Amino acid sequence: MTTTPRHVVIAGASAAGLTAAETLRREGYNGHLTLIGDEPHLPYDRPPLSKQVLAGIWPPTRTALRSPDDHTRLDADLLLGRRATALHPSRRIIEVDYGEHIEYDALIIATGVTPRHLPQGHDLTGVHVLRTLDDAHRLRTHLLQRPRLAVVGAGFTGAEVAATACGLGLDVTLICRGPAPLAERLGGDIAHLVGQLHTDHGVRLRTGVGATSLVASHGRVAGLTLTDGTLVEADAVVVAIGSTPATDWLRTSGLDITDGVACDAYCQAAPGIYAAGDVARWHHPQLDAPIRLEHRTNATDQAITAARNLLGAHEPYAPVPYFWTDQYDTKIQAHGICTPGAQITVVHGDPAQRSFVALYSHDGRVTGALGWNSPRELRPYRELVAHPTPSEHATATGGP
Amino acid sequence: MRVTLDQDKCCGAGTCVLSAPDVFDQDDDGIAILLDPTPPAHLAAGVRDAATRCPAAAIRLEAE
Repeated sequence: MTTTPRHVVIAGASAAGLTAAETLRREGYNGHLTLIGDEPHLPYDRPPLSKQVLAGIWPPTRTALRSPDDHTRLDADLLLGRRATALHPSRRIIEVDYGEHIEYDALIIATGVTPRHLPQGHDLTGVHVLRTLDDAHRLRTHLLQRPRLAVVGAGFTGAEVAATACGLGLDVTLICRGPAPLAERLGGDIAHLVGQLHTDHGVRLRTGVGATSLVASHGRVAGLTLTDGTLVEADAVVVAIGSTPATDWLRTSGLDITDGVACDAYCQAAPGIYAAGDVARWHHPQLDAPIRLEHRTNATDQAITAARNLLGAHEPYAPVPYFWTDQYDTKIQAHGICTPGAQITVVHGDPAQRSFVALYSHDGRVTGALGWNSPRELRPYRELVAHPTPSEHATATGGP
Repeated sequence: MRVTLDQDKCCGAGTCVLSAPDVFDQDDDGIAILLDPTPPAHLAAGVRDAATRCPAAAIRLEAE
């Protein structure tokens, strides 16, 4: 923008929304700032929900991203427990529930994602999703009753919930549509190691099957049927089959919301409108393709760029994607893109010893680097992903 | 500037080491180590970046 806005509204008060607000202030914006969050809680961190919070190692309050003092210093109007319901870009008005209309000069959309549901059965007692602090509280309360647990979906959330529940001593079945947990994220060879990790700890892993329907008994879930016709008995079911961008409220806005809010390389969706975090699909300038990332670090990094660009910085957003997952005593971390179909080369350690670094390459270019219980060893390889070199060079010299 | 690090929250991403290598390191488990709790002014921008980008919100800053 050429003129400094007087009122910036941020829809979404989780990691991306909060970071955008803090970045605006740090960059010198001292106008009116409003953050709208549909949950009643002060901004909190989601990754611990499936791990420390569900395990009971942390009290829920420990997930708070900032202290009350920090929020005072931020000097923003925090509308919590309020939902954005519509957007009128031509008039620069955002509608919030209870009929409130808020005028803005610039808007950052950071409304995140919503867990996908099975076609039916979510009204049954004992059926859970895990996205919010309240979801985590409900699930933990249920797990303390020691139910037989079935987890549908073996992405990050499903695999972590299975690991945590297993750690609590529960009987756990993990239902995985692909050949192994996280197969779409890590490729088959590495994903099979994740599968082994679960079976080694006593989780019943069902691969190559999905859920067809939930089985009810007197209003409670009693199990589920799978695509191969078998029945899994369970007293608690966690449905973790992915998420969809929270863009329902933008349906009449005129913005392109095909798989998230479409943005250019500068995180801009329309004049005066930016998006960041899980909800944003933007044109990655180096990949030269639109992508959307549901990674924790992306929420922060993209919010920083979106906020700076809102104030006129004009910086393309070209991050090296990063994710991590903690399951049992294993930490898996990855920089870049570790898609199936890549050639995988172990450059450090040994998969048999459950400590290694692997590079993913396509057509001789390194696209991703994954560390398995090797955080220190992995870090230097990030540079290789950020500035790809032919993979022969990387492996021949033993890497950076 | 005074920096505090909550190692119990640290998820081992190493983001802080990339942002401010003179102020943070990682141990063998990847857990961040605070090398200098009162970094000099010329490192402040990197430390602020580290605190903002930390994916576990484990770094806190206080002005002195």
